[in-house]
This record gives sequence, structure tokens and C-alpha cells, in this order.
Amino acid sequence: MSEYKSGSNLEKVLKAGHFAFTGECGPPQGANVEHLKEKAAHLKGCVDAVNVTDNQTAVVRMSSWAASLVLLQEGLEPNFQMVCRDRNRLAIQSDILGVYAHGIRNMLCLSGDHQRFGNHPEAKNVFDIDSMQLIYTVKTMRDEGTFLNGQDIDVPPKLFIGAASNPFAEPFEFRVYRLAKKIAAGADFIQTQCIYNMDRFREFMKRAVDMGLHEKCYILAGVTPMKSVGMARYMAKQVPGMDVPASLIKRLQGAGKGKVAGEGIKFAIEQIEEFKEMEGVAGVHLMAIEWEHRVPEISELAGMLPRPKV
Amino acid sequence: MIVAEQKPIKEILEMVKDYNKILVLGCKGCVTVCNVGGSKEAAILASTLKIAARKNGKKIEVEEHTLERQCDPEYIDEIKDMIDDYDAVVSIACGVGPQFLSERYPSARVFPGVDTKFMGGAVEHGIWSERCAGCGTCVVHHFGGLCPIARCSKSLLNGPCGGSSNGKCEISKDVDCIWDIIVRRMTELGRLEELLEFVPPKSWITARDGGPRRLIREELVL
Amino acid sequence: MSDNFKPKIVAFYCSNCASSAASVAESMNKALPDNVKIVQVPCTGRIEILHLLKPFEEGADGVYVAGCQEDSCQYVTGITKAAKRVAYVKKTLEQLDIEPERINIYNLSAGKGQAFVDVALEMNDIVRKLGPVLSE
Repeated sequence: MSEYKSGSNLEKVLKAGHFAFTGECGPPQGANVEHLKEKAAHLKGCVDAVNVTDNQTAVVRMSSWAASLVLLQEGLEPNFQMVCRDRNRLAIQSDILGVYAHGIRNMLCLSGDHQRFGNHPEAKNVFDIDSMQLIYTVKTMRDEGTFLNGQDIDVPPKLFIGAASNPFAEPFEFRVYRLAKKIAAGADFIQTQCIYNMDRFREFMKRAVDMGLHEKCYILAGVTPMKSVGMARYMAKQVPGMDVPASLIKRLQGAGKGKVAGEGIKFAIEQIEEFKEMEGVAGVHLMAIEWEHRVPEISELAGMLPRPKV
Repeated sequence: MIVAEQKPIKEILEMVKDYNKILVLGCKGCVTVCNVGGSKEAAILASTLKIAARKNGKKIEVEEHTLERQCDPEYIDEIKDMIDDYDAVVSIACGVGPQFLSERYPSARVFPGVDTKFMGGAVEHGIWSERCAGCGTCVVHHFGGLCPIARCSKSLLNGPCGGSSNGKCEISKDVDCIWDIIVRRMTELGRLEELLEFVPPKSWITARDGGPRRLIREELVL
Repeated sequence: MSDNFKPKIVAFYCSNCASSAASVAESMNKALPDNVKIVQVPCTGRIEILHLLKPFEEGADGVYVAGCQEDSCQYVTGITKAAKRVAYVKKTLEQLDIEPERINIYNLSAGKGQAFVDVALEMNDIVRKLGPVLSE
């Protein structure tokens, strides 16, 4: 019996006590594998694992398991994301078996954005099970070696189970309890929503630490560098559950022409420096959306390189 | 109508086991018509709860009352002076009732006494069958007046799947294959060619998939 | 079970058959046990589920319906309806962990005075053995 639940690189890094660093890569809106490989190349060596999004914002893209396999072939460790919006429990379980069979070892369990946000708003949604139940499903398959119906699995999938947490969504009071529920359901690691309101995040982490959640699960703080004032404004107004303080928008505006992106990165680095010291934070999840080529620079500046070999 | 079925008595007893003054609240709407939640059934449930209390040597008070409807605030309002007299309310209306009650009386402990099943009708006395899935955009006229969304187990829109036998659906011998009926009917009507046209993917945005629904009729809003 | 337990039993009698059986019994000098209370109805088909439950609610230990033979019901389907309702109440009692044998239905004929008394004695015997409704 291995000392690891999955033996993924991410699990080993975390278990060894290193400050983890994960990245993100959105699959293409088409079968453009070359573009995907190009984006992934920027992340190689900079992060411990790369999240591969699953029809993010309900926009159709190359399936997350397929894109995860491409990353695997390119020598990166994927963190396969799965949303409950597009699959019922049959498809969910068979995809879990499929990805494990092909060498995927991390999986992030999500409910998924409602399809009305995306490019097929007329679609039916599935939501047969929710993200909490998805975590439970993966854990049951891994630890009990059974499907949801109790039937034995011939070679159970051993996945490192991830879940998301949004410390900023409403109702704020309930967020930490929802995090606790996800951990109780079986989450091994948590990646949070992009953090901009540091005060609120500090308060959230304090509550999580008070409840001892950081001892049961690895919590990775979500960071997305702002590329422009427009992006900051969009995130503030249009993205549900996002908390962008006016002071940050002001700071970006004050950077002056051509320097906003640099200021955005500077803020992200400051955040990462604080997270390294913050009690209960086990790492950072960097979501450089369509900015993969800046990841090496950010990783370097944040002092995250080289990544540990475990 | 909305068709419902009484919950197992044991389940109801479990819900109200810690309460001693119980109001069983019926509804004169759909659930009266489908013989599950009217004044008659409210009396039966109240009596049943009292028999259970007798059996367990417990002293409880159970009263029954039936509202005109539980899906209209004006009728929900009717019990405002009596609801505080009860520790628990068992609503035997469809799922709308317990929610309207909980919204109007936030501190009341409201329990559902029935399981709401579907929108349908009585095909025989004592037998109800589903007819409408509430998709929000009715298309029955394309299918001989019969709805494949509600009545085909797979909600297929382009014809029978191949799993039916002797006019029955593959999921159960008790379920008619609606496509079998649609095809036969359209053939008899000489309108079969209408079924030969490809039906493109439907927009489910008006269905529950598009999120919880709401209807506003400006001319009726006060 | 206490030997001196005297169950309270409520009997619903159809006025067409069972009641005339009662007259025959009377003429035969056969009486029902005094713990069986009789409710005479014009047709057993008029006995609602609630009527069958109420006696249990109010202290009865057993209930039975005595009506026509299925093929000779005065109102054709009265006894059939009653049988379905008795079956329903049996299920209700079961769900309450109360013995379903506490309720029963019997088919009588107008002239059978002995049968009239026999069903009362049978029910009395069954319920006496079951004891009171109250859980130990």
C-alpha cells in the first residue's frame, strides 16, 4: 500500500511540505492541438500541476480529459477538471475510470457555471449530482473501490481529489462551512476562487484555521493577475461571486499607460508573498487566463522556481 | 392538474415525532381532485396521526383545516391567527403549499405530507398519468397532439428509439410507447409526412433547465 | 395478555343483509357479545376510510364490516368498495405497527343468523388475543 492516495506530483509536493504552485490551461475552442501544446509549454517546469478546465463558463471547448491527455504527453501533470453540468452519474464515473486509465492522477470537482452564461444557453443541463456529491463519488470509487451503486470496481481509480472554494461568494458566513463540507466529503486539496479582496480572504482563512480545516486538507489560494483596468472592471461587475475592491481598480488605473499589466503582476506577486506566510495556505493556484506566456516570469518573480522534485 | 401521492405514514410520523400540536392543512385545488390533499384526506391523516399517538401512549393534539388553495397568498393569509397555536404544520398540498406557508410564516415548522409527482390527469378513477413536463414551449401539435417530451422516456423528438415492443416502452410494460401511438395516429390521419421532417435541437431555456421560472402579466399586476 | 381484557369492537353492518341476519339470530335467541357496538349503514359502500379509522382513534381495539356477498350486493359494488377500503386501512395500521388483523370484512347473507354471531365471536377472539392497541 502506497503512502500516497494517488501518487500524483501535486500530492507528493504537498505532502513533502513544499509550498505548491499550480497553473491553469483552457482547452481550445476547436481541435487545435498545436495551440494547446504551445500554451502548455509555457507552464512546463513552472508549476506542479496544470488545471485543465471543463467547458469553462459553459463555452464548448475540447473536452477536459482529452486536453489533459495532451498535457500528459507533453510532460506536464494535469489537474483534470470536471463539472456536473454536462454529465450524469454514469458519464461521470466512466470518465473518471477513463482518465485514470490514461495516467491522470488529479481531479478537480466542480458544479460548473450555468449554461446560460455560455455559448449554448438553450442546452439542457444535467446536474444529476452536485460538486459535493462528485467529491464523494471520486472518494467512494477510490477508497471503497465501488461505484455509486455499491458495485465493486475492477481496479479502482486512485485520484488526488480537488475541490474549489469561493471565499467571496454570498452568503459570506456560509462559505467556510461549505468548505468544511467539501473536506468532509473527501476533498484532499482546495483551490480557491481568484482572490483580490485580501482582507476578506484573511478573515476567511482565519475561520478555516480556527476550525482546523487546514490540517485536514491542503488549501491553495487562487491568484489571477489583472491584465488591464478593463479586465478588473469586468471581473468586478460581470463575473458572479468575484470580489474586486475599488482600491485595486484605482491602483491599476494609477499605474499609467502601458504599465497596468506590470502593476497587475506586481499585485499578484505581493499576494503570493503574503500567502507563503499565511497560516493554513499550502500553496498558490495561478490562473493566468490566456496569459500562459507570462507564467514563467510570474513564477520567477514570485520566487516559486525551481519547482521541487519529489 | 398537479398529481401528488401521500408520503408513507412512517415518514410523516418521523417528521412530526417531536411535536404535540399539529395542524394538517389541506388544499382544495389539484390535490383535492386527485384525492390526496383535500379536506377528506386531511381528516384521514389527522385521524391516522391520532391513532399513532394512541398506539404509542402519547398525548397529542391534531387538527385539520383545508384552504381554498395553498398557492395563493390570500388563502395562506387565512390561517394567520391560528398558525401560532401549532408546533408543526403538515401541508398536504403539492410542493407549492409548504413553500408558500414557510415564506409567509417563517417561524412555522412546515412539513410536506405528500410527494408531488407530475402534471397529468386521471385516465381512470384512481389512476393518473403524466402529460406535461412544463418545458415552457408547447409543441404537442407537431406530434398528433401528444407530448413526446413528457411521455417518451427519452424525450425523443424525432421518432421512436427502437426499444419498444408491442407498443410498450423498454423501461416498463406499464408504460405506453408514446411514439408508437404518435406514429399510428399520424398514419391514420394521413399526416405521417409531418413526422419525417427533422426536428432540430430544442431550446430548453424556457424549461427548468433555464433556471427557476417566473411569469409576469403586466395587465394583471396591481 | 390479561385474561380479563375485554376489547372494544365496532361493527359496521349493511342494513340489507347483515341486519336481516341479525333478526334471524335474534329469533334464534342468539345475541352478540356486549362489547361489540353495531353501526348500521344502508350500504357498506358508503363507509369511508375515515369511518373505519375513527373508532381506532377513539379507543376501539377492533373494527369489522359485515356486508353482502360480492355477487349479490344490493347496490352491486358496495361491498367491493368496502373491501378495498378495509384493505387500505389494514395497510395504514401496518404502517403504524398496529396488527392489521384488528380490522376485517365479512360477507354475510340475509338468512344466516348463525354466521352473524360467528363473525362477532371470531373478531372478539382475534382482538382479545391481540390485546389493547397501546404499545407495551
